[in-house]
Amino acid sequence: MALTTPSARPSSAGATPPSSSRRHRSADGTRRSWTSSVLARVVLVALSLLFLLPLYWMVASALKSGQELAQYPPTWFPTDLNWVNFRDAVNAMPFWQFFRNTVVITVLATAFAVVSNFVVAYGFACLDWPGRDKVFYVVLATLFLPFPITLIPMFDLWANLGAVNTFVPLVVPNLFASAFFTFLLRQFLLQVPKDMLDAARLDGASEWRIAWKLVFPTALPAVTAVAIFAAVGSWNDFLGPLIYLQDQDVQTLSIGLQAFRQTNQQDIQFNQLMAASFLVIAPLIVLFFVFQRYFIRGITLGGFK
Amino acid sequence: MVDSIAPRTATAASGAATAARPTQPGSTAPPGSAQAPPPRRRRPGGTTLRERRALRLGLLFISPWVVGVIAFVLYPLAYSVVISLTRYSGMTTPVWVGLDNYVTAFRDPLVATSVGNTLYYVLLAVPIGLVVAIVLALAMNRDVKEVAWYRTALYIPSLVPAFAMSFIFVVFVNPQFGVFNQVLGLFGAETTNLLGGPTSAKTVIVLMAQLAAGNAALIFLAGLRNIPETLYEAARIDGAGKVRQFFSLTLPLLSPVILFNLITGISAGLQVFTEAYVLTNGVGGPDNGTLFYMLYLYKNAFSYASLGYASALAVLLFAAGMALAGLVYWLSRRFVNYDVAAG
Repeated sequence: MALTTPSARPSSAGATPPSSSRRHRSADGTRRSWTSSVLARVVLVALSLLFLLPLYWMVASALKSGQELAQYPPTWFPTDLNWVNFRDAVNAMPFWQFFRNTVVITVLATAFAVVSNFVVAYGFACLDWPGRDKVFYVVLATLFLPFPITLIPMFDLWANLGAVNTFVPLVVPNLFASAFFTFLLRQFLLQVPKDMLDAARLDGASEWRIAWKLVFPTALPAVTAVAIFAAVGSWNDFLGPLIYLQDQDVQTLSIGLQAFRQTNQQDIQFNQLMAASFLVIAPLIVLFFVFQRYFIRGITLGGFK
Repeated sequence: MVDSIAPRTATAASGAATAARPTQPGSTAPPGSAQAPPPRRRRPGGTTLRERRALRLGLLFISPWVVGVIAFVLYPLAYSVVISLTRYSGMTTPVWVGLDNYVTAFRDPLVATSVGNTLYYVLLAVPIGLVVAIVLALAMNRDVKEVAWYRTALYIPSLVPAFAMSFIFVVFVNPQFGVFNQVLGLFGAETTNLLGGPTSAKTVIVLMAQLAAGNAALIFLAGLRNIPETLYEAARIDGAGKVRQFFSLTLPLLSPVILFNLITGISAGLQVFTEAYVLTNGVGGPDNGTLFYMLYLYKNAFSYASLGYASALAVLLFAAGMALAGLVYWLSRRFVNYDVAAG
């Protein structure tokens, strides 16, 4: 991760304190900091292992043979690695169809979310219009609305429009900006220098052109953060697909895996279930390692300012 | 649709007459007039041509949000209230029943059970979650060389979707295939099927939620970094130890972040659903022990086709959620310190 610790930067300011603090540090500081850093590392490693244990167990169980899985007490390390479980898991259900459906929904939802939220955030950050900030308070107010209240009316609406068992209810709402993403992008766009916008306006560029040709490229870090959040949210969504996608051929990984498990309750192969779960999580972890910086920026920006 | 836009624009425009004026000299003005004070071209109560054009452009850009807030917030809100006063299966025409659904809700023993379950979850998961997130943030903030590794390790579980983590926990806490009982066994606990008891199953879900504390931890981490090092030096000179520094300095200065995480945590806690659905295959068992409010609402709406009753439950949840958030915010005003938030 790119965050480095700027430790004790301004401490060399005074005249007398530095000497005393240096003496303090050399007297017992070196010994104590050595032991305390060992202690800290022990705690940090233990905490990390604790947090990774369930994920390790998923991988270990995914690789065990059915026979080994049945052993009691369970083995900590699989005796041999049964990669075949992955193939069997994928073949036991229409896995790639679920995967493809999830990808299609995720890509469309993400693209729509980026476009709509960028345009709206531009309206709130880069354009001056009377009442803008007051309207923005309304955006902020909707940020904390408990969403379940919209569940039934939206289902009723989409059902009446014949959109159940299509991707429409999961994708189309992203065309209309969300409070959180708009907020996140606006915070970033507020930093765009007004002079730059004015210069472009003087050159006769239309506002639409300025937004996409000039501001969008400079806002890429924030846009990436929004894209990641939208993608992860879409990939991880359970309740939406549960309500709207009832036929197997349109189901996503989340609901497809659950349906598979539910119908095979009696003879479920846990190693296959773990293998399938790994395949669901793997893209997220890859995404995280590729875009780490944007993840963190997005989370801290959204939670803080 | 037009009706609900009109009043907002009107108040916005009149509000701008007092508020927005001094802050916007010449962003849309020609270059010559940029230096000059804003001209008094406006008639009292009216708006200038330029302002009206700016307003139109601004509204054009935010129009996706305006449509969205009407279609996906205001309309569903109103519709929920209306439907909650009817008997409605989704297929037939709604039948007006007045407040019957609300009366039923207050007498329904399963509503009481699900409220109890949800409160159990919120009262445990939210405070524990705050403590875990702060501990993680302190861990992520340690001044050791390989801290980035720990940060990654502690954050990765937060990436795992709730449904997938629930699949993992089906195996992880299983007395036969899981390792969780083995770990507990090290502390002398007996092997039990944790998902087999109503209280232990809820507790498993509380524990599972802690694995996703990484998001809140990153927000706390950013908060920790906003606290100037000089404050700690001053505290050290005054003779405050590490513990004292944490409680008298770190915690008060993190209070805005704590409030944020508290409110979002409560809101998410009231809506806990996926974990219970996946762990119990949509049943909410054993013994209705994981029948959370949202799960009961879902079952009423989509398994029993009682959309009217489910809407009444949704309205009650909405009211409770807003009231709780308001209460927390109101109570917090005395405790939250915004001094460093700006820095």
